[in-house]
Amino acid sequence: MASHAIDVQNAQENYLEVKGRWSGILSWIFSTDHKRIGILYLVSIAFFFIVAATIGIFMRLEQLTMGPTLMKPEVYNRLFTLHGVIMIFLFIIPGIPAILGNFFLPIQIGAKDVAFPRLNLLSWWLFMIGATLAILTLFLPGGLPDTGWTFYAPYSIRTGSEVSLAVFAAFILGFSSILTGLNFVTTVHRMRAPGMSFFRMPLFVWALYATAWIQILATPMVGITLLLIIVERLLNIGIFDPTQGGDPILYQHLFWIYSHPAVYIMILPGFGVISEIIPTFSRRTIFGYKLIAFSSLSIAIFGSLVWAHHMFVSGQSDLANIIFSFLTFFVAIPTAIKVFNWVATLYKGSIRFEPPLLFALSSIFLFSIGGFTGLMQATLPINVHIHDTYFVVGHFHYTMFGGTIWALIAGILYWFPKITGKMYNKKWIYVAWAFMFIGFNTLYGTMLYMGWKGMPRRYYDHLPEFHTDHVIATVGSWFLYTGILILVSTLIYAVYRGTKADANPWGGTTLEWKTSSPPPLENFEKEPVVEHEPYYHEEAIR
Amino acid sequence: MSHHSHEEIHGIGYGILVLVWLGLVVLTGVTVVASGVHVPALAVVIALLIAATKSSLVVSYFMHLKYESRIFHVILLMGIVTIAIFIGLTFFDVLFR
Amino acid sequence: MKNIREIALEEHHDFVGAKMGMWLFLLTELILFTGLFILYAMYRVRHAAEFHAAATELDVVIGTINTLVLLTSSLTVAVGIEALKRRNRKLAKWMVLLTVLFALTFLVNKYFEWSAKIHHGIFPGADELLSRSQGEIIYFNLYYAMTGLHGLHVLVGMGILLWVYFLIARKPSEKVVVAPPNIEYLKGAQLIASKGEQERWVIDEIKDDVVEVEVVIKKDPKKAGVDIPNIIKLENAGLYWHLVDIIWIFLFPLFYLIT
Ligand code: HEM
Repeated sequence: MASHAIDVQNAQENYLEVKGRWSGILSWIFSTDHKRIGILYLVSIAFFFIVAATIGIFMRLEQLTMGPTLMKPEVYNRLFTLHGVIMIFLFIIPGIPAILGNFFLPIQIGAKDVAFPRLNLLSWWLFMIGATLAILTLFLPGGLPDTGWTFYAPYSIRTGSEVSLAVFAAFILGFSSILTGLNFVTTVHRMRAPGMSFFRMPLFVWALYATAWIQILATPMVGITLLLIIVERLLNIGIFDPTQGGDPILYQHLFWIYSHPAVYIMILPGFGVISEIIPTFSRRTIFGYKLIAFSSLSIAIFGSLVWAHHMFVSGQSDLANIIFSFLTFFVAIPTAIKVFNWVATLYKGSIRFEPPLLFALSSIFLFSIGGFTGLMQATLPINVHIHDTYFVVGHFHYTMFGGTIWALIAGILYWFPKITGKMYNKKWIYVAWAFMFIGFNTLYGTMLYMGWKGMPRRYYDHLPEFHTDHVIATVGSWFLYTGILILVSTLIYAVYRGTKADANPWGGTTLEWKTSSPPPLENFEKEPVVEHEPYYHEEAIR
Repeated sequence: MSHHSHEEIHGIGYGILVLVWLGLVVLTGVTVVASGVHVPALAVVIALLIAATKSSLVVSYFMHLKYESRIFHVILLMGIVTIAIFIGLTFFDVLFR
Repeated sequence: MKNIREIALEEHHDFVGAKMGMWLFLLTELILFTGLFILYAMYRVRHAAEFHAAATELDVVIGTINTLVLLTSSLTVAVGIEALKRRNRKLAKWMVLLTVLFALTFLVNKYFEWSAKIHHGIFPGADELLSRSQGEIIYFNLYYAMTGLHGLHVLVGMGILLWVYFLIARKPSEKVVVAPPNIEYLKGAQLIASKGEQERWVIDEIKDDVVEVEVVIKKDPKKAGVDIPNIIKLENAGLYWHLVDIIWIFLFPLFYLIT
């Protein structure tokens, strides 16, 4: 929002062509335009994703044969830590809100920008600073941390690897996430266009709104926890150290008080994306709009009540085990509400099967597998059996990767023409999808299976009885990786050589489709006035 | 956003602010004196109740919440409920271990 | 070449939005401290007796004085905000300055308090402290972590208040430099200033070689001294400051008064 009342009457160029005070790369990294910031995030986050996925491939290669294949056990420890830290803090938590949310939240509510554009840019800078610090540990004497992405005390206090810096990096990343959340909540409350009441907001906005609240309310908790690790390492202020009367289980509580709600920071925006795509491609309004909107909020609430289900074998009290196990099952209810509503929307819709819908439906499918395996783990006796096995690794890849990342891809495919003004080659997207889908299930399906048989996680080696499974999984990882590369290259190619896309290639009904592709600097030629609910198809089902 | 530029520029009198401050000082005195009295079981409860009263005074008058619109009350409520949940549920572990 | 023209313009900020952002930020601060309060509560139920014993070593008098100092500083900043709203910039300036001084007093007190403890060998990692019972070690570790983090917030709050002080002290007229891309829009466009009813100027004299236009914003003379943008800044600084106070309101009884 321009801070001074300089009213713009001229027709506007699109945001990619606007010449600002800076040019070249500076016109991006100093831009306060929410669309440019969204793209900054897209590029940086995609880069980190490729890096971490490559690390994943190396970990899988290590498991291709028994005994040391490529690396020593210490290296494997550092790799899964780095993989986890990048995937969680640099990729999936900022993920959808920072990329698609930044770009489309203001447009979808008919605003010119977010409430605090400069704060928005600061978030990106903090994100990059945090990322740089995390990578910096590689070059320091202690080397990359080897604690796992959870930084559990007391090992994280004693290990000689560069935990302090890595944890400080995560603290800064948390700050960045908080600022994004704060910005979104204020934007939703203050910047809606005339007529855009809460119940006319697209469901993506609802999802981001619920997410933003979790970002605000839960993230500081991990902030303080990580600070305490630093303080304990550097100043010897023992809080979790058992020799000073500390209790490491309390570390786990504080850590998961944030990190469990954090998984809803990851998945809720994904659900939001799906809720946009399904009505567009079935060409009818969403079924159960209010239920979906409120289920986002109730997932946010229930999600904050279940953190200790990560700690069933930690030695916490039995009562806590029972209560948290019980509460966990409730999360399934709002989630299922969403899935049923999506299915009901598709039912009797005039479905057009385009790449975004394909990825959205795959996301629902994969997430459901992740969800059901999650319910299994929420059951106390089963949890004891499969705790810290590959079952868990399979489960969280199905939810986070299968649920969120596939939804993120679906969202990028859906909005790509709007963001760039270009259309990609759909055939190659289908090819990429096939590689990814086959590879994904081969890799993580096998992980679920061998975890059930007892293969422990975070081991650099395996016993002979798991060998065949590991080979299958590794081959799966190649397919998956190939698919990702095809997808990324198809999109990059389309940015430069894609055919021109018009303002509304999919027949979407929300506000972003009512402006040009790419949108002008201030999003709309005239401030829009909203008269309908978001998924109002004029020429509805014929 | 011109339509809400001016409305919120209305204030509370200096007198009320000073009164609130006096109340806070008195409550500080009360909590110090009360800590001298020996009722172990109640000591924490009393101290926390007084602290809560003091903070609600600060929030309502110094921080102006009493005069803000509903959404600000909701924001604060969200915070308090969250804090209560975080502390409360952790007790299920520590008290029953 | 600069083409300077003076135009009466009033800034448009969303003050409620700014305040809302601040309240949300305060929530995050509150949760940050909640992490520590959770730890305090859990260790306290486990080591009640040792916490009581350790607490007797803190000086209730200094603690009480510091409590009064912070409470009073909350009053001064609140009065400062009121004064600014009532166009009394002089009083506002004094009040903010007083607040900063109180903050400093608090920190100096804390400094003496901490150094006395450190002098007696009671600080994290010290042999003297580590030779005590586990409950007492944890008590003092928590004491340093929590009052330390709080002290850091006092320091930050002080900085913010000082910054706002200088903003208020400055003359309220403001210049805006309009540069590309916005300059493109000024060409032939209308500048709108809303002061009750709207006034418009058509600018058509900006030549192509003009790189910057400086717009001088003059406040409405009738409202001279009403410094709206600074009111919200001071209000937000005040909100932050009150939060610092509230946290101390809880820290004080929990550490000093549980003897
Ligand atoms: C090409 C894609 C990927 C591959 C090949 C891959 C592979 C792996 C492997 C082999 C492990 C270590 C298992 C163990 O030894 O315990 C792992 C752990 C993990 N992965 Fe992935 N992964 C991929 C994508 C992702 C994505 C997209 C996410 C999240 C968004 C993710 C999050 C994690 C996390 C959090 C861990 C746990 C790290 C730890 O134990 O501290 N991964 N992954």
